[in-house]
Amino acid sequence: MTPLAAYLLVAALVFAIGLAGALTRRNAILVLIGIELMLNAANLNLVAFWRYGPHPELLTGMMFAVFSIAVAAAEAAVGLGLVIAIYRHARTTDLDEINRMKG
Amino acid sequence: MQEAMQFTPYTVASWIGKILWLIPALPIVAAGFIALLKQPKRKLASSLAISALFVSLLLALAAFGDVLAGWASGHAVRETVNFAWMHFGTTSVDLGWVLDPLSAVMLVMVTFVGLLIFIYSVGYMAHDENYTRFFCFLSLFAGAMLGVVISNSILLLFMCWELVGLTSYLLIGFWFQKPSAAAAAKKAFLTTRVGDIFFLLGIVWLFAQSGTLLFYNQGAGSMEPGALAGMLAAHGGLGLSAATAIGLLIFAGAVGKSGQLPLHVWLPDAMEGPTPVSALIHAATMVAAGVYLIARVYPLMSAGLQPGGTTVALSVVTWVGAATAVFAALIAVAQNDIKRILAYSTVSQLGYMMAGLGLGGVAIGMFHLITHAFFKALLFMGAGSVIHGCHEEQDIRHMGGLWKDMRWTFYTYAAGMLALAGFIPFAGFWSKDAILESAGSWHPSKAPFYLLVFGALLTAFYMTRQVSYVFFGKFRGHGHAHESPRVMTVPLAILAFFAVVLGLVGTPAWPWFRSFLTDRPSHFEWAGFAEPGIFTLMLTSTAVVVVGLLLGWWLYGNKSPRAEEPDALEKVMPLVWRALSNRLYVDEFYGATFIAFYFWWARVADWLDRCVWGGIVAAVTWLFGLLARFDRFFDENWVNGGFDKGCEELAVGGGLLARVQSGRVQTYLRLLALAVVVLAAILIWSSRG
Amino acid sequence: MNVVFWILAVITILGGLTAVTLKNTVHCALALTVAFAGLALLFLELDAQFAGFAQILVYIGAVAILVVFAILLTRGSETPSEGVFSRTWFAGLLIAAGVFSVLAWAVLHSTAALPHESNVPAVDVRQIGHALMGRYVLPLEIVALLLTSAMLGAVIVAMHEKGEQK
Repeated sequence: MTPLAAYLLVAALVFAIGLAGALTRRNAILVLIGIELMLNAANLNLVAFWRYGPHPELLTGMMFAVFSIAVAAAEAAVGLGLVIAIYRHARTTDLDEINRMKG
Repeated sequence: MQEAMQFTPYTVASWIGKILWLIPALPIVAAGFIALLKQPKRKLASSLAISALFVSLLLALAAFGDVLAGWASGHAVRETVNFAWMHFGTTSVDLGWVLDPLSAVMLVMVTFVGLLIFIYSVGYMAHDENYTRFFCFLSLFAGAMLGVVISNSILLLFMCWELVGLTSYLLIGFWFQKPSAAAAAKKAFLTTRVGDIFFLLGIVWLFAQSGTLLFYNQGAGSMEPGALAGMLAAHGGLGLSAATAIGLLIFAGAVGKSGQLPLHVWLPDAMEGPTPVSALIHAATMVAAGVYLIARVYPLMSAGLQPGGTTVALSVVTWVGAATAVFAALIAVAQNDIKRILAYSTVSQLGYMMAGLGLGGVAIGMFHLITHAFFKALLFMGAGSVIHGCHEEQDIRHMGGLWKDMRWTFYTYAAGMLALAGFIPFAGFWSKDAILESAGSWHPSKAPFYLLVFGALLTAFYMTRQVSYVFFGKFRGHGHAHESPRVMTVPLAILAFFAVVLGLVGTPAWPWFRSFLTDRPSHFEWAGFAEPGIFTLMLTSTAVVVVGLLLGWWLYGNKSPRAEEPDALEKVMPLVWRALSNRLYVDEFYGATFIAFYFWWARVADWLDRCVWGGIVAAVTWLFGLLARFDRFFDENWVNGGFDKGCEELAVGGGLLARVQSGRVQTYLRLLALAVVVLAAILIWSSRG
Repeated sequence: MNVVFWILAVITILGGLTAVTLKNTVHCALALTVAFAGLALLFLELDAQFAGFAQILVYIGAVAILVVFAILLTRGSETPSEGVFSRTWFAGLLIAAGVFSVLAWAVLHSTAALPHESNVPAVDVRQIGHALMGRYVLPLEIVALLLTSAMLGAVIVAMHEKGEQK
């Protein structure tokens, strides 16, 4: 296995773990934690491809990862703010309970 | 003696010939106007009718004068005006009218007698509330009868013939609220209908055989030598020639209309109508239409006639006539209703007329027709006067002694009675004698002669009986009899005059009538009496009449038996009397056979209609009902139900699908992730492939 | 592959696993921080020093703290009564497993196309600065805008409504 493949596999595993957490945990904040893990796994993928791909001197991959980090931070802020707002309204963070949007 | 008609070729229609159609048209138009009048307008109604007929009389006299002038100058007149009514391809339906001695004489007689009866009706029907309707129908009848007389087309004759039958029905049933009157009208119509069917067959055959509907048409008519020869040669079935067969069929129509045996049954019942109706229709005119018809088609009946012999058609006519004469006279002996006696007398005299036609030709028959019209109308009107005077009493056993209270009626009635009996020198004597003379010299058989003589005896007998019952003896009715008003007695007097005098135009000494009809010159000569057999015949017939009169007087004379007592003759021959007074059971016979069969047939038809056709209809209905029920089942359960089920399934499916929208975020996330997996798999697969 | 990589990989994976499975939410946040740290070290291993330090600064320094704050504000520290996993957790696990299998399969079956060892890139901050102000100036500005609006948004969303009870 090439180093790149190893890195990609690790990233894939972390991604899957994050997805599993987002899909199975009741608490809304843990869903956000899962999402953060998924984003991080994607960043790892990007950097791995930058390091082992053609033209690393262009810095494309790393720049992409940096911007992704910035956006993820913003997203985390907004998301947690939403969770707090929902908590204030519904008195719970249990996602199984929050089904007002039920069709 | 039978004579063939001899006419020189026609002259072009004179002015009167051209307007001859007005004669029937005026009374019919008058009838139309009267029909539109309201009931209270009585005077207007009768004035319209009388004036229309009066104008027709004047025109008829003008026509008669024209024909007479032609005869006197030696050129026989037969003017025809023909026109085509409808065209069918190459053939056409022709109508037209003819003016010749025969029609001229009938025209004058019908209009004159008719006018007198119209005037008489003004008095007779004065108390009736349907006065206007009466004159409407009377006028319509007059127009129709005149149409029959002038018609040159057998189709036009038939149309007017039917119209005459219709008006007869309307007038017999004039007092339709009386069930007997309504029944009598129906009987008259249906019985004459039976004759008319054969008549129609005859018309159709005549048209088919001769190719034309017209009697006279410049040599192409059906009564002219060309067509007659063709009909004589053609076969008519049963070994007869077509001419004979057609003649017999046409005679069947006359049998119905003129009340010959066996279709005479309607005439006595027709006395239910008012007396003017009986006088006009059932004495003078309508019943004479049958005789007139035979006179009109006489060339056909006598086609192939050899001198001294006779044709099959004419023999049949003679035998039927003679039989009827005696049959009806026998029944008249035993009747007690004044009008019924006269009705049977009419039937009997019609028999004489038919026999006269068959034995002696047109002139002989027509002469008796003309004289009979006058004195029979007179007798009926006299009877009407008597009924009126006795307060609507019609049974002769409740009358009597009227010669004192109703003098005018009595004298005129006596004149008429003597004319009918054939007492010299009244009109009836000469006309009946002419018939007897022809019968006496009829070669095939002498039987008609003896029958007719016997009939004359009976005629004198029953008339004497009637006159004795009515005018002599003492009055057995209720109340007091009174003479009728002038408007009724004056026509009686006029007719009585003719009853006496009219015979003089047909005596052997001066056979003007015969000559007029057969286009020979005639002179008055006493030597006419001296012809062989004439004198003996005159004596014989006078003797017979006297015997009858004396017999009647002897039995009935001045005696006035009460109604409950049996009749004088009944005491002598009770069984014969019973048969005769029951009219020889002819009506009962018809009732048991034809009419019973008809009702049975009606029941069969009813059963057929209800059970068979009705059953089929019911079956079809049931089938359709079944189909409808199945249709409904199908529609409700399969179509509707299927549709409903489908909708239910859709709803269920929708419900199932709606579960995806759980409102839970994680569900949506899972679906997203699943979609990504699927998408990635697809992309990988496609890129690898 | 050297040992450092494997150790770091294990740390990251374990950190992630614990982050999603522990009952106590605060413990989950802490495990998340460990995962972040592991990933930062992996960046360093990949010679992406700037990215690694940015990861530490931002993720561990800000995001993890934020998560802890949120947990504390929403009483997430209390253990829930019905259990931490949702009623239908197996479906989620299955889907995640599906995703992993697809990715792993893709990775393992495309080794032929994957490039091998290449030179170590020499990256210095100056180059990064030039890149940020040169090639990537637009994304930079947009990210700035984004951060601003995110901040504003978060404040508004989480703010107390007027008159609403705390």
